Amino acid sequence: MQARTMVELCGVSKRRGAIQALAGVDLAVGGGEVYALLGPNGAGKTTAIALMLGLLRPDAGSVRLFGSTPQDLAARRRIGVMLQSAGLADALSVGELLAQARSYYPQPRSLADIVALAGIEPLLRQRYERLSGGQQRRVQFAVALCGRPELLFLDEPTTGMDTESREQFWRTIRELVGQGCAVLLTTHYLEEAEALADRVGVLAQGRLVAEGSIAAIRGRVGQRQIRCISSLSEEQVRAWPQVHSALREGEWLRIVAAEAEPVLRSLLAADSGLRELEVQRAGLAEALQTITREAA
Amino acid sequence: MNTLVFDAVSRASLRLEARLEFLRLLRTPGFSVPVLLFPLMFFLLFGVLLANPRSKLQVTQYLLATYSVFGVMGPGLFGFGVSVANERDKGLLALRRALPMPALNYVASKLAMALCFSSIIFVLLALAGAGIGGVRLAWEQWLLLGLVIVPGVLPFCALGLLVASYCSGQAAPAVINLIYLPMALLAGLWLPLSALPAVFQTMAPLWPAWHVAQLALAAMAQPSQGALTGHLLYLLIFTLACGGWAARRLQREP
Repeated sequence: MQARTMVELCGVSKRRGAIQALAGVDLAVGGGEVYALLGPNGAGKTTAIALMLGLLRPDAGSVRLFGSTPQDLAARRRIGVMLQSAGLADALSVGELLAQARSYYPQPRSLADIVALAGIEPLLRQRYERLSGGQQRRVQFAVALCGRPELLFLDEPTTGMDTESREQFWRTIRELVGQGCAVLLTTHYLEEAEALADRVGVLAQGRLVAEGSIAAIRGRVGQRQIRCISSLSEEQVRAWPQVHSALREGEWLRIVAAEAEPVLRSLLAADSGLRELEVQRAGLAEALQTITREAA
Repeated sequence: MNTLVFDAVSRASLRLEARLEFLRLLRTPGFSVPVLLFPLMFFLLFGVLLANPRSKLQVTQYLLATYSVFGVMGPGLFGFGVSVANERDKGLLALRRALPMPALNYVASKLAMALCFSSIIFVLLALAGAGIGGVRLAWEQWLLLGLVIVPGVLPFCALGLLVASYCSGQAAPAVINLIYLPMALLAGLWLPLSALPAVFQTMAPLWPAWHVAQLALAAMAQPSQGALTGHLLYLLIFTLACGGWAARRLQREP
């Protein structure tokens, strides 16, 4: 599929306690590509990442990182990692934390480069515990860049960042990808996936239920979204053919339908007072909702 | 965990990691103040100032040995127990395992930290004992005492690691204190076991602290109980068992 496979899950299953966190997942990230792993909470994203990083071992199937097991230190020296829940040592300064992370790699990125890429120049001498949440995220990102990674794991990277930091972060990711770095990203922000990803995989209840480019995923769900101010009830509208969902938000009614035209005719016929009518192609968010609902 | 690699990168990384681990804990007053000052304070108070004048030197000598053991329990139990439990909670252990940190460096850097702290504690107590308490030992005896006390931290590192492998960062300090303080008393570190009911003397060989204390007393040519090889064997087995158990548990529940 890709020129070089960097990380791959083959038929991987993993139970965590009573829950089947992953069930027969096949997934691969190739050189220089940005792959976004999406799905609702509890879909198995964190487990998938933990397996690729060698923090967990699969119950069935295999995990390969650069062709070897993720437990292999030589393979992991080619990656950078930013985990969702990972703090760093509070009492150390940012400079010390970077020195520590750089020491794990045979040919680390220069400190000047790391600082410039992550935008943390003014923070170097400060203790980690004194930084704001957003600044701590940037330092965690800097740690992920220390080894000139060929593959970067970013688990919910921009949670807690303000809009400006997030955009700065996306620019940096694009720059790294331009230099040939591949990225595996999980995120709750779909605009993040739309802004960065070449390919998207959708996990639902431990299975990979859709995979493809953003356009393909969106296209898989040829839905239209209709918004209007109407006095019709949700139940009434839901009963019509073609309607997937109807939701009232104050005086607004929001309808997702397979085709817009028949629904529009019914709407206009049923409610003469209807106004502010809008029709849109469904976005990634609606597509994901539909895909994960169908999978359930 | 990781496949075991210990190349030049790993060695250089370990040196840095050990230094940072030491600095990190030194900068954490909740750790460094009690660990460095309490044994010294207690020793000066009970071993020097308040010691019965008639048997003063004997008391001072006994308590120099036992408070040194009490001292090194701190960096072992808290430096491993509380630190590792916190680092598991915060995901720091997971991150370091995901980053290419060589597998052994995590524990090795903490061991180096613990040995540094135990050396400092021993030197502080030895200076106080010789300078203020009037303890006189031949230099071989000082050396031997140091060789008991400084590595004496290791069984407590293993025990701390075991606690951390089961407890959350919230629970670990409480559990560690429940081990630390009663064991210090029951191993005769605060007062000789002859001052306690006989049942505690019978139980004493259960506690690693008692074995280290007997070795320390023997190094100072003070009255001690049990055979040298027995103490060493117990401590070795205790350390390996706790450490091995903890390592297995941490691999399964990182």
